[in-house]
This record gives sequence, C-alpha cells and structure tokens, in this order.
Amino acid sequence: MDYATSLHLTATEVGLSAIALVLLLVTAWTGAKAARGITIAAVAALFGALIFTVSLPNGGVPAEAFGGLIRADSFAMFAKSLIYLATIACLIVAPRYFESRGGFRGEYAVLMVFNAVGMGIMVSAVDLMALYVGLELSSLSSYVLASFARKDEKSSEAGLKYFILGGLASGIILYGMSLVYGFSGTTSYDGIRAAFTADFSTGAMFGVVFVLAGLAFKIAAVPFHMWTPDVYEGAPTPVTAFFASAPKVAAVAMLVRMATGPFGGQVEAWQQIVIFAALASIVVGALGAIGQNNLKRLLAYSSINNVGFILIGLAAATAEGVSGVMVYLFIYVFMTIGSFVALLMLRDENGNALSTFDDISGLSTTSPLLAWCLLALMFSLAGIPPLFGFWGKFVVFQAAVQADMIALAAIGIAASVIGAFYYIKFIKVMFFDEPKGAAPAKAPVSHWAVLGLCVLVVSPLGYLLGPMLGDAADAAAQALFYAA
Amino acid sequence: MEFPILSLMLAVPLIAAIACLFLGASAARMTALFATLINLALGVLLWINYDIGGAQWQFTERAELFAGFSYALGIDGIALMLIMLSVFLMPICILASWDAITKRVGEYMSAFLLMEVLMIGVFAAQDLFLFYIFFEAGLIPMYLIIGVWGGDNRIYASYKFFLYTLLGSVLMLIAMLWMVNEAGTTDIPTLMQYDFPVDAQLWLWLAFFASFAVKMPMWPVHTWLPDAHVQAPTAGSVILAGVLLKLGGYGFIRFSLPMFPEASADLAWLVFGLSMVAVIYTSLVALVQEDMKKLIAYSSVAHMAIVTVGLFAFNVQGLEGAMMVMLGHGLVSGALFLCVGVIYDRLHTREIARYGGLSINMPKYALFFLLFTMASIGLPGTSNFIGEFLALAGIYEVSTFVTLVCTTGIILGAAYMLYLYRRVAFGEQKNADAAAMPDLNAREWAMLAPIAAAVLWMGVYPESFLAPMRQDIAALEARLASVAPHYDSELAVGTPREHAANHVEGSHEGEGAH
Repeated sequence: MDYATSLHLTATEVGLSAIALVLLLVTAWTGAKAARGITIAAVAALFGALIFTVSLPNGGVPAEAFGGLIRADSFAMFAKSLIYLATIACLIVAPRYFESRGGFRGEYAVLMVFNAVGMGIMVSAVDLMALYVGLELSSLSSYVLASFARKDEKSSEAGLKYFILGGLASGIILYGMSLVYGFSGTTSYDGIRAAFTADFSTGAMFGVVFVLAGLAFKIAAVPFHMWTPDVYEGAPTPVTAFFASAPKVAAVAMLVRMATGPFGGQVEAWQQIVIFAALASIVVGALGAIGQNNLKRLLAYSSINNVGFILIGLAAATAEGVSGVMVYLFIYVFMTIGSFVALLMLRDENGNALSTFDDISGLSTTSPLLAWCLLALMFSLAGIPPLFGFWGKFVVFQAAVQADMIALAAIGIAASVIGAFYYIKFIKVMFFDEPKGAAPAKAPVSHWAVLGLCVLVVSPLGYLLGPMLGDAADAAAQALFYAA
Repeated sequence: MEFPILSLMLAVPLIAAIACLFLGASAARMTALFATLINLALGVLLWINYDIGGAQWQFTERAELFAGFSYALGIDGIALMLIMLSVFLMPICILASWDAITKRVGEYMSAFLLMEVLMIGVFAAQDLFLFYIFFEAGLIPMYLIIGVWGGDNRIYASYKFFLYTLLGSVLMLIAMLWMVNEAGTTDIPTLMQYDFPVDAQLWLWLAFFASFAVKMPMWPVHTWLPDAHVQAPTAGSVILAGVLLKLGGYGFIRFSLPMFPEASADLAWLVFGLSMVAVIYTSLVALVQEDMKKLIAYSSVAHMAIVTVGLFAFNVQGLEGAMMVMLGHGLVSGALFLCVGVIYDRLHTREIARYGGLSINMPKYALFFLLFTMASIGLPGTSNFIGEFLALAGIYEVSTFVTLVCTTGIILGAAYMLYLYRRVAFGEQKNADAAAMPDLNAREWAMLAPIAAAVLWMGVYPESFLAPMRQDIAALEARLASVAPHYDSELAVGTPREHAANHVEGSHEGEGAH
C-alpha cells in the first residue's frame, strides 16, 4: 500500500485534524482571549483545504486511499468544497454574534473544524466503518455546538434533544450496517454491491431500510424530522445556519453515495422509501411552516421542505438525478446561509433578536436593504424564476421527468405551491405591513459580506454560474455511476 | 447579424428599473416615463421594420446557454401586436401613477419597468424555458404592486393572485419538461410543428390549460381577478387587464393550439362550455356590482370568454377575431380603468352611488368615458366591434348554439356598461363633493387621448392590425385544418339559381344580361 498517495488524497482531513488539535491546545492555554484569532486561523485552514480540494487532480478515474476506505473522486470534491464553503461562512459570522451577547470561545472554531473533518470523511468514505467514524465525529461536535450558548436554556435543551435523537439515529444506522455486513460479509461499498447483486435477501432488505431510516434522520426528512424545529430554534443562530447547510450537504451526499453505490443494484428496494420521504417532506415541511410565528422555526420547516425536493432528484436514481441533487445542494446552501445570516442580523439596539413576524413587520421601511435581500432569498426558496432557486427545482424535476416519474414530479411541484404561501407571507410582513417595533441595529460588515455574497448567488446573476455548476455536478454524478 | 432590437427593448426598461431603485421620487418618475417612451419608439420602429408577408419569425436572436437552454428571441405578427400593446400602455401607466403614488415611488416605478421587461420577454421568447421564466417571473413585481400600493384588502388579493397563478403554471412546467424530453428541443417554432403522441397530448393540453385558464381567466378560476383588479392601484389594473390577461390567450394561440391540435379539438367542448357560462354568468354578476372596478373586472372575464370561443373555432375568422378582441380589450378595459382612476383620484372611492351627473361638471371626462363605454359594448367604429364580430362569425361556422349564448352576453354587456354610465355620468348631481370635481387636466388628457385615437383607428381601419398577423393565423389554421370540428351550422355553398331573384316568368332577361 502506497501511504504517500493515501496521505495525499486525504490531506485535507489529516491537515485539518492536525490544525484543529493545535488550535485546541492554544484555546486551552489562552482561554477566551484568543477566540477571534483562532476563528481567523480556522477560516484560513478551511480556505486552504478548499483550495486544495478543488485543485486535487481528478483524471476521471477515482483514486482510493488506505486500501479502499476513502475514495477521492469528483463527487467527494464537489461535496467537500461545498461543506468547506458553508463552514467558512458560518465561522465568519460567528464572532460578532457571540461577542454582542458574550460567551464566545475558541472552542467554537475548533469544533467547526472537527466537524468539517468528519463531514469530509462522510462524503468520501466507501467503507461502512470509515463512514461511521466520519459520521460520529461530525455528529458529536454538532451536539456540542447546539448547546454552545450554555447559559441559554433553549440552547442546552436543543443540544440535549439533538444528542438523544441523534444517538438513536446513529444506533439505527449501526444496526442497519450490521445487518448489511451480516448478509454481505463485507463493509466495503463495492463488495456489498457485488454481494447484493448476487443475492438480496429479506434480511439484507431490512439492513438497507434501517440504514436509510437513520440517514433520513440525519437529513431531517419526514417522518424523522421532529427534532429539526426545536434544535434549529434553540441553537445559536450561526450554529443553526451551519446545521441547515454543511451537515445537511454531508448527509445528503452520504445518502446519495450509499443509495447509488452499495445499494445501487437494488434501486427498487429503496426508491419507494425515497419517493415517500420526498413527498412527505415537501408536504409536511410546507404545512408545518404555515402556523409558525418564529422565524427560525419557519426556516427549519423550510429546510425540511427543501430536503424533499433534493430527494426527488435522488428518487430518479439516474446520473441526471444525482447531478440535479448536487446543483440543488449548491444553491440551497447559499439560500439557507443567506436567510439565517439575515436572521442573525435582525437584532435591536440592546442585542435582542427580532425573532417573530411581528418583530420584522415593515422591515422594508426600517431597513430596506436587508428587506430586499430577504425578499430575494424568499422568492428563491419558493423557486420563483428568475431567481436562482428556480434552477435547483428545475434540474431535479427535469431529472424526475426524464426518469419517467411524471406523477412524482407533478405532485411534488404542486405541493411546492403550499410552501410558496409562507415564503410570500414573509415578504408580506416585511413589505406590506406597517412597522411596529424598533428598527434593527446596524449589522457588522462581516455579516453584510456573507449575506451579500449569498444574495448575489441567488439573484439572476447566479445563472452565470450555471454552466460551471452544471459541469461540476455532472462530473460528480458520473463519478458515482462510474462503476455501474 | 442584424441589430438586436428585441434585446434592446428588454435592456432599456431593465436598466431603468435598476436605476429607479436608487432614485428619489421625481427623478424616478421622469426616468420611468423616459424609458417607457424610448421603448414605445423602439416598438414603433419594430412595427415599421416588420416585413409583412416575409419570414414567419423575424428579428431573431439566439445565444446558446448551458444545459440545452438558450436565449432565443424572435417575433411573428401575433407577438408583434401584443408587444405593441404592452409598450403603448406602459407610458400611460406611468402617467396614471404620476400623482396617485406618493410612497416608495422609486420601487413602484422599478416594479412597473420590470413588468414591461417580462411582458416583452414573454411575447418575444422562442425558447420554451425562457418563456416560462418570463411568464412566471411576472408574479414577483405584480405581487408587490398589489401588496404594497394596493387598496384596503390588498393582502388577501395579492395572496390570491400569487397562489392561483403559481399553482396553474407549475403544472405547465412539468408538461414542458416532458415535451422537451420527448422532442429533444426547447425551440418553440420547432415544437409548434412537432406532432406529440395523441394520448400524451391530452395531459399536456390539460397542464397548459391549468396555467392559461387561470391567466385568462376562465370561469370558474376567475375569482382572483376581481380581487386583484379592485385592490391594485389604477396603473396595476391597467397592466393586469391590458396585458397580463392576454398572456392566457397568447398561450393558447402559441402553445395549446399548434402544439396539441388533436387534444384541442377533443376538448373544445370544455372551452366552449366554460366560456358560455362565463359570458352569461359574469355579465349578470357585473350588472349588480356597486364597485366600478369590480364591474369592469367582471366584464373582462366576459370579454375573455369571447376570445377563447374564437380561438377554439379553429378557423381564420375566429382566430383573427380572438386576436382583435384581445388587442381591443387591452386598450378599452385599460382605458376604462384609467377613467375610474381619474375620478378615484379626486374622490377616493370606487362606489358607483357616490357619483352621478358627472357630465355636468366634467364634460370632457364624460365624453371619453362614453367613447370607451361604447367601445366596450362593441359599437361599430370602435375596436371591439371588429374583434367580436369576427370571433362570433368564426364560431357561427362551428356552432349556432354557442354563438347564440355568446351574443346574448354582448347584449348583457351593453346593459351593464350603459347602466354604469348612466349612474356615473347622467342623472342628478346627488353628492356635492362629486359635483365639485374639476374636469380633466393635461396629464389625464395625455393618458386618454392616445387610447381613444387607437380605439378609433382599430375600429375604422383594422387592416393595419390584421395585416401583420394574417400570415401567422393562416399558418395556424393550416396546422389545425386536419382536426377542425364539424358542427351543426357548417355553411355550404348552395347551387346558384337559374334566374335572378326578381325574374318574372315569361318576361325578357334582366337588363344587366345585355
């Protein structure tokens, strides 16, 4: 085995782990004083990892590291770049957020970097054991992050809920994995695929279902979504922005890789599950949001809704479908980070968050620029052209139609109209209603920068990224269907 | 490559729209007026340079974008006329909002200019998905126009408008995806010649129908229209009635009929049935309205039903008539909303009973209002007469019964419009404040006079408007010829009599014979 190649292919994980350990030591000695410096160092490290990932040679042939535990292909490259981007954005907005309410510590950045390492392993693992290690590394740091505002009861509650339910999901996944291993005799993705193609018994089917159920929890798909609103509401807003973006990308990518890889020969075994989860997520995500008055809870339901659309691309079980999923994920990350950053910029002079519809009524007169940014994000989330969010929906529905799943596409898109209701309610509150409360306080430049970038991507200018994004997503999808 | 005039017509209002966001009130007004006038001038240029009888698609532009998606523009005569309608009404809308809109003027003007971009884009798009993007994007500015600058019940109206039209059009998107997958192209002219399998046509037709029927609007999915019209500011109503409703008719004539001819023929009964109900029912509803805008909104539904009936007659008269009704109704209903706007600006109520005897203190206004009322009824010499006559002549070849019902609708139309006019302009001056209103000012003259001139022009010499469309309608009729229905009143040419009608037995041949 060539360790040099293996280390080269996993250099981002190895490097980020080393940096995170060093930063952890620095934090331990300096305490909260160096928190800002540590965040900057973490951003720089992630940025370096991003550049390294993008520049990693991808000659079309996937390269494997450590004897087939980790595969570095264009799919992993796409997902990892997105994960690093999202993590960087959530790190940039964090210091000013925590500073205004106290309690910012260097551990925040360290946990984020560890989380990024875990997610990087999740999306590139091609062995169940490697996958589980990545999954747990990411999950455990997420539990701590959820309760990061430890003096806030809601944050602690969110962390505990997330931990218990996340532990349950991990258990379900592990149980499924053990069944899969038991019936296939191997933990390697290629081995499982070969074994299942030869013989797919009912027991193996159970394994697949358990693994998918656990993964559905991680991506917050209905019917395993109940934790999402509570955790999203309770966690500090930068953490919520993170939860809704990077780990979701990682979990979806992991799900896609599993569904098309080891279970790729048994499409009919999981397709129905994915179709059900997709439609149920779209409908429940849309209906659940209607009654919400809290903006973070509303966006939590919106993320459930979006997962439904992502799953429609997966349900097609074709390379076009996977490509659509990747495009959707890219756009979704910008939309969701943009929306949450806009929410965390909404705070009054005393630092209290403006967290309900009443608080933001008439925002277009008190803070027009922020209101227009939110308008673009909401219409984009609703999938109204010419905003870029439309393109994400377009590609997944196109894939579904090409796979001859017209009924799924028609029901899914009709249900998206229900979701449009609360997105336009958001706009109605900001633009049509009279201002009731105080104007939001001035937001720091770092927040504006992240928000501005996200709005720029979801604006019609985002279509300029279209060709590049399409090529990258196609390459990512081809990497998965390389063996098939 | 020729001069990209269509792209320029999209770019001018787009740039002005962005500029208006950053300008103060008076500068935004001037910018918007200037930009729309430039576009009007470009539109006139477009019409002058349009080669009647030349290539079917002119002024074409094409740039390939990603994923089989292209930026393709081009117009035929039908699109040309509808673009002309849009660019003609736009400066008038800006003038109508000159004094009426006082809050957030820059954003308002920006929304209107964006509407203009999207409307021109819809009519000029030659790529299926480009069309969809323009078609659907119109929801955003219209939602804001109704919601921010609308009347008291604007929020309900804006929600209803947005969700109704969105639900209609998303199903169309799925149908479009299927079509592109099947035909392998997004090019609209190619798709218009493509023969889709007959059993698939039915579903595709229904999906498109869901969208266009809501836009049109056809009974029973018309209910968003009265709400949206009543709550929108005057200029918003003008754009809604003048151009946005035409998107439905344009959709039928561009997509449903040529792309799914068999399904169109099979489901013509559905269109006829809904249209007949609409003509009678909405006319009766219009008769009892107390609110002027609501009355005109219901009359729009009735007029649009004549359009759908004419379109599904599958013959030249019907199609030409439907187009002329669309153009005529665009002008006339827009003008009627402006007339309502003029007195609303003075008295701030749309209630008919609050007015009366306006012809005493506002004679010039009463004259214009009378002209547009008569045009709405379809008096010969005005634009609507041409369209309604042709459309009914077309449908008469297909079904006497449908013609009978639709003609009744026109009589009812005369009833509710004359009744409205009597209550507003004639009779006693019951209310002192209404009696004290001043007559038209220069700005209002500038709004109403051009429309009045166009209405008369279209009524007296419709050839100017029919000529550019003739070839396209003939092509459409040829496409539909194989499926054209044969109903009861199919006209047959009889054998000529042996003698002239005044021939007396035994007398000499008539003088003319020698």
